[in-house]
Amino acid sequence: MSYRYENYDVAVIGAGHAGCEAALASARLGLKTIVFTVSVESIALMPCNPNIGGSSKGHLVREIDALGGQMGKTIDATFIQSKMLNKSKGPAVHSLRAQADKSEYSKMMRHILENQENLTVKQAEIVEILVEEGKVTGVKTHTGGIYPCQCAVLATGTYLKARCLCGESIVYTGPNGLQPANSLSESLRNIGVELVRFKTGTPARIDKRTIDFSKMEEQFGDDEIVPFSFTTDPDDIQKPQVSCWLTYTNERTHEIIRNNLDRSPIYAGVIEGTGPRYCPSIEDKVVKFADKNRHQVFIEPEGNYTNEMYIGGMSSSLPEDVQYQMYRSVAGLENARIVRNGYAIEYDCIPATQLKPTLEFKKIEGLYSGGQFNGSSGYEEAAAQGLMAGINAALKILGKEQIVLKRSEAYIGVLIDDLVTKETKEPYRMMTSRAEYRLLLRQDNADQRLTPIGHQIGLIDDERYEKLLEKEKMIEDEIERVSHVMVGGNKTVQDLLESHESTPLKTAVSLAELIRRPELSYELLAPIDPERKKLPKAVIDQVDINIKYEGYITRQLKQVEQFKKLEDKKLPESINYDEIKGLRIEARQKLGAIQPASVGQASRIAGVTPADVSVLLIYMEQLRHKKV
Amino acid sequence: MVKDTIAAISTGMTNSGIGKVRMSGPDAVDIIHKIYKSPGGKKDISRAKSHTIHYGYIYDGEVLIDEVLVLLMRAPKSYTTEDMVEIDCHGGVVVMKKLLDTVIKYGARPAEPGEFTKRAFLNGRIDLTQAEAVIDVINSKSEMALSNSVRQLKGNILNKVKDIRKSIIGHIAFIEAAMDDPEHINADHFGEELKESVIEHIHSIEKLLASSDNGRMIKEGIKTVIVGKPNAGKSSLLNVLVGDERAIVTNVAGTTRDTLEEFIQINGIPLNIIDTAGIRDTEDIVEKIGVDKAKNFAEDADLVIYVVDGSTNLDDNDRAIIEMIKDKKVIVLINKIDLHLVTTKEMVEKEIRKPVIEISAKEEKGIDLLEKQLKDMFFGGDLSFNDEIYITNARQKAALNDALNSLKMVVQSIDDGMPEDFYSIDLMNCYDCLGSLIGESTGEDLIDTIFSDFCMGK
Repeated sequence: MSYRYENYDVAVIGAGHAGCEAALASARLGLKTIVFTVSVESIALMPCNPNIGGSSKGHLVREIDALGGQMGKTIDATFIQSKMLNKSKGPAVHSLRAQADKSEYSKMMRHILENQENLTVKQAEIVEILVEEGKVTGVKTHTGGIYPCQCAVLATGTYLKARCLCGESIVYTGPNGLQPANSLSESLRNIGVELVRFKTGTPARIDKRTIDFSKMEEQFGDDEIVPFSFTTDPDDIQKPQVSCWLTYTNERTHEIIRNNLDRSPIYAGVIEGTGPRYCPSIEDKVVKFADKNRHQVFIEPEGNYTNEMYIGGMSSSLPEDVQYQMYRSVAGLENARIVRNGYAIEYDCIPATQLKPTLEFKKIEGLYSGGQFNGSSGYEEAAAQGLMAGINAALKILGKEQIVLKRSEAYIGVLIDDLVTKETKEPYRMMTSRAEYRLLLRQDNADQRLTPIGHQIGLIDDERYEKLLEKEKMIEDEIERVSHVMVGGNKTVQDLLESHESTPLKTAVSLAELIRRPELSYELLAPIDPERKKLPKAVIDQVDINIKYEGYITRQLKQVEQFKKLEDKKLPESINYDEIKGLRIEARQKLGAIQPASVGQASRIAGVTPADVSVLLIYMEQLRHKKV
Repeated sequence: MVKDTIAAISTGMTNSGIGKVRMSGPDAVDIIHKIYKSPGGKKDISRAKSHTIHYGYIYDGEVLIDEVLVLLMRAPKSYTTEDMVEIDCHGGVVVMKKLLDTVIKYGARPAEPGEFTKRAFLNGRIDLTQAEAVIDVINSKSEMALSNSVRQLKGNILNKVKDIRKSIIGHIAFIEAAMDDPEHINADHFGEELKESVIEHIHSIEKLLASSDNGRMIKEGIKTVIVGKPNAGKSSLLNVLVGDERAIVTNVAGTTRDTLEEFIQINGIPLNIIDTAGIRDTEDIVEKIGVDKAKNFAEDADLVIYVVDGSTNLDDNDRAIIEMIKDKKVIVLINKIDLHLVTTKEMVEKEIRKPVIEISAKEEKGIDLLEKQLKDMFFGGDLSFNDEIYITNARQKAALNDALNSLKMVVQSIDDGMPEDFYSIDLMNCYDCLGSLIGESTGEDLIDTIFSDFCMGK
């Protein structure tokens, strides 16, 4: 029995981190949008670690914010500890990470969704994507309701045919015992979507009252808190923070694990899905790094109003009784009571090479997807894709050109390009080493890189855009000024240099020259630069970075010029690679399967050689002449 | 669209007449301006009109390279539609290599396989109907270049490059793992340790570059194998050739026992002799190592010198050899004419339709005939070797130079007190460059190394 319900422009399936961003972006762009979730309580749920950001993920959150997404604002309002990682390293790898109050985060996101104009939140499981003539026409719920729509965004996370494993205990549920989505997989296969099975896992949560923190090292947040969102005033978020705690596994822990490996679903061969290497279970760590006699364990609070503590570093799918022994062997956890067991979860997802760089399915017009469903992992990776999928679904309906961020523009560009180009064999996690132009893709300049694009899309209002232009003007003017203000070797200057163990001056140099010295900085030069105006910290940081690392930045900019040449050569969708003489067979097969959007993307496909790229360029030139 | 200037040797190596080095790109005129001197020393070639020829000399700084004719063609009236310069020199392997090295030193880049043709095409110079031919050129040259690039590198060099790459990717993985998971892995003060290792690699690469300059890096020359049954006089012949004052011998240290090779130039013809004598410890290549092994050598060879023992009768070993080499370029030598000949020139000619020369390796008789035969075959075009080798060598050198510069920048960054993450940028460049040298792409190497070497994550 089915019935037709109201028409929507965009239907988003799933209200996790990808679904929330997709739904909000679409609705904010004026499209009539509906977001489906199996449980309204689980909107923006964080079923694993209680934090947002971290190395390279912090970059993603910044970028989401710069484009007009929501994640940064919500975490700024709900964090309970904040830390800038790698502060002693270069600016490219500074990464912000905040501990979230999970339930507050989820609640606030729900509140924002529920009050977003043009957006309807609906609790229902979607069981079918309706497709006619290769084009999405609507979605159908488990109760038979048909919601006609022009575009649909799949953001099903880990819920598709989900199965949770804890030793011999196997339950067919989504994360946290939530209802899984068992029917949609079948429908997707029927419309030609290829699915694969991935797995991931989470550690136990332990009652805070049963932990002996005196045996652990306390981990504090930063004294000066930096917000994620460029719109958050840093002064508004300086507040008392909670601590995390550090302890270690030991030989006994490892022995317990080794003795019970046969009861681990992974080692017993019960799990077929591929797990992520960067997020290994404690079983994996003990087996693969047998020479290490201890592993770090981070105890992180899940929120202000819960006693549950997340046991970072000890994700496990061992049986409950083994988990008890194992966790209790760790210093400080001797009397621990487990609130929730650790478990592994297996789910259906797609090889994202089925998608265009816009995140639309190549074979199904109007169907987009984002998040863990695309074979990624992590809240931030999910949110970033959800945002782009939502934006592009909306732009498509509005008849505007869709947005593909380049690898030289954003981590989001790297993330999506990797997903749709490379065959991913495990859940994909962002890393700074994946970004070849990371000196340009810093978290501190995400606004300069992406807010103009967000403005052009329509997610950034004029006021915010104007502010950015003002900021850029201030940066430019100040760099110009310090490049021309000369200082001589007078006593004040030499004294200042000496106090910072910097070589005294022999001839006059510009302030910029001094800023370039590793031991000096813009701020340290204040005493010898009386003319300087008071500037916002964000501006000063940019002046410092741009001057200090100018040589490296210029080099990367040159590389980007080279990179863009191939990127700008678009390949038409209609290309039949079998007809291009001169391509090697392997290249034909790979290009035919992936159908890259540009010669640049083609060049990154494993199995496509530089000679193949030359052949493609020549073929494109032939096409161009034929058209003329 | 294209911004850099490419260079290559554009004539084959089979001919001792005129050799030609070509450049194409915006800096071509500038580069020739820097290295060209007219006889009076006053001509400013950068102001010369298009399509003019200039007599003069090429200098690398103060060092004279050769007397040349320079052809200047300005954009768009050239093959590639870019500024082009052709330098005609006196041919000869050594001079052409030096010329190519010089233009590269002054800013050109070794051309990719088929790149001149590709540029001509992409710039609209070549008729579209020829597109497929262009693709064929690129493909065949790429294939050749790729196989050359790896095959021509000597085993010890290949291994050295692999070792350096392995060490470098290990360093990057450590830095990146630490950046990614700073709470688990600490890279503070890694610079000191890294610098030591990087300086060691810098020395290694400098050594490799030095060896590339005297032609020791690649196996260049006509690949020649001497075959013959035991005691036919293979090694005596080799000793004669190597010891011949007319031959220039470059003995290569460090090559492994079973690929010992001799590089000889006879009358300017470069020969790369696979010394089956080198594996003579086992006495007889045909019997002990087996016909198969000899076959492998012979199959790969550009030229086979078959030494017949004239003092004994032709036997099954000889027949096996004859069968094996019948489709190759062969010079047959009947050795030991100082002794009583039981196998004569006529008898051998009946068995195999190849030039036969009688010699005495012991008394060094007939060697001049062998040299004349070689010369005739080479300049008659019967013998050739792949001229892609030289451009491959130039590309390899360019790659090594890039790798070297990247490592120097790492040291600079360490000395400047830059944070650790900056090191990995240049280390990665070095890794890529060395990869292109040995035909290995980077792919997921880094991510794989990070995860296999470091335990990280929640």
